[in-house]
Amino acid sequence: MKRDELEKLLKEKARILRRDIVKMIGEAGSGHPGGSLSAADVVATLYFYHMRHNPKDPSWPERDRFVLSKGHACPVLYAALAESGYFEKNILWTLRKLGSILQGHPDMRKVPGIEISSGSLGQGLAAANGMALTARLTNKDYKVYVMIGDGESQEGEIWEASMFAAHYKLDNLVAILDYNKLQIDGSICEVMDIKPVVDKWRAFGWHVFEIDGHDIMQIVDTLKAADEIRGKPSMIVANTIKGKGVSFMENVCGFHGKAPNKEQVEIALRELS
Amino acid sequence: MVEKKATREGYGDALLELGREYSNVVVLDADLAKSTQSYRFKEAFPDRFFDCGVAEQNMMGTAAGLAASGMICYTGSFAIFATGRAFEQIRNTIAYSNLNVKICPTHAGITVGEDGASHQTVEDLALMRVIPNLKVIIPADYYEAKAAAKAAAEIDGPVFIRMGRPKIPTIFDENYEFEFGKVLKLREGKDVTICAVGIMVGVSLEAADELAKEGIGAEVLNIHTLKPLDEKTILESVKKTGSVVTAEEHSIIGGLGGAISELLGKKMPLPIEMVGVKDRFGTSGSIPELLDYFGLSKQDIVVAVKSVLARKP
Ligand SMILES: Cc1ncc(C[n+]2csc(CCOP(=O)(O)OP(=O)(O)O)c2C)c(N)n1
Ligand SMILES: [Mg+2]
Repeated sequence: MKRDELEKLLKEKARILRRDIVKMIGEAGSGHPGGSLSAADVVATLYFYHMRHNPKDPSWPERDRFVLSKGHACPVLYAALAESGYFEKNILWTLRKLGSILQGHPDMRKVPGIEISSGSLGQGLAAANGMALTARLTNKDYKVYVMIGDGESQEGEIWEASMFAAHYKLDNLVAILDYNKLQIDGSICEVMDIKPVVDKWRAFGWHVFEIDGHDIMQIVDTLKAADEIRGKPSMIVANTIKGKGVSFMENVCGFHGKAPNKEQVEIALRELS
Repeated sequence: MVEKKATREGYGDALLELGREYSNVVVLDADLAKSTQSYRFKEAFPDRFFDCGVAEQNMMGTAAGLAASGMICYTGSFAIFATGRAFEQIRNTIAYSNLNVKICPTHAGITVGEDGASHQTVEDLALMRVIPNLKVIIPADYYEAKAAAKAAAEIDGPVFIRMGRPKIPTIFDENYEFEFGKVLKLREGKDVTICAVGIMVGVSLEAADELAKEGIGAEVLNIHTLKPLDEKTILESVKKTGSVVTAEEHSIIGGLGGAISELLGKKMPLPIEMVGVKDRFGTSGSIPELLDYFGLSKQDIVVAVKSVLARKP
């Protein structure tokens, strides 16, 4: 596929994910739009271009793994799984309802395609370490991609896991930091700054890339480059905008964990049409 | 002479056999491999052992990821750090998804000895017992620890096995067959049921000998599997004897005493006395001193039996 065609395709996929995120959370009446929207371009690139996976066979041993460590952003993952064909799209509208497979935070035992349950922040990178180790131990060449949040990076376990991945030279592991600069109580730099985050990960022994997390072709190229790194894990610091794609949600802390009302859903869907 | 061996040695020996029998057994530790005995697995299977450093939370998460991708993962540390520091990793990332992680900490209870309260967990059973999906095993001696650690590989899902530091007299032998989830009756008696776990199983047997001299028949049950609890066998015994004493090297809140009280309260309200640590922290001391100090001696069980007998309806 030509680059411009690929870019067009992935942009379209990201738009679909964003629409589904807004509709899903609107329908549920609760959920986390901000961090789902900021992650949409990276997730779209992973699921619709970069990762080797088979929606018809979710437990295919050779598949690449994606771990959403910032589990509250699961609407973006659910949307990507549905769009990929892991389950029927109409299931998306059952999000957070009693009996739904789509729990408020991801449950690997309920949803095909979820690699590990998450929701308690700070734990996904460690789980990704384990999956990357298994690949090594079983001579499989799959890759493990894990997305963490910037607020989540304040958790101690992230840095324990960071040390571990570098120590064991897990070069089949690629982490993506959704650096949207916001957490719940305010901006990262006010609440508990993680700067200089590139230097920190580098100092911990990782190969670090820094990109615009909404520039599709930059995401495409960087994922490819990260796969080529040998002898260390890779971290892609993706500068993003929380709420990206919905004007009244962009950079608005209040839309971290608040659903849009009916009217807001309509406006948002118009913007995303 | 009585053979004395630590339950943690049973863990170390089991790991060696597991490593030979299962190509997908992986062992993690958090800078305590020498203490937990997992260093022996490390020596034999260096490719399948990963030291996580002093980072218990990442160890549990890594174990979850290994299990989620098809490995059977054993994790070691001290019981206080495995269950305390990494409680939520065990709860959310391991047990919630029913992952095949075997949480096998050592140095549980007050018999850590001189290291004192910071290292003596008397809360771990309470913490582990409330987590859904998680099975809880407390071996009574070296042979049971070895058998249980091996049996855990065949149990689908997370298992907690509580082991201790000191060498204690063995009760079983190399032929012991561990039956997960089944209470083991070690002695028949008609007057009182003693439910015991861990080091207190041996102590309870000694107490039963003592009681027999006074004509009191104590039935001794080894509740090696605290969860799921073999309610049927316990209730059968209590129906016969009409009273219960529990004995554990753990707080009397939330552990074995708690579990048996819940059972009796629901199904067969009869008098119960609890031998265990009475809602307090540990302290430094030699192991024999500490057992006396915390009321975990043979004599403490004898006294508890007499007081429960006096309360019988
Ligand atoms: C261990 C833990 N503590 C607190 C929370 C509650 N919580 C949910 S989201 C969040 C903020 C996360 O911020 P960030 O990682 O920046 O997420 P994003 O901006 O990508 O949505 C918090 C504190 C949690 N889920 N887990
Ligand atoms: Mg953020």
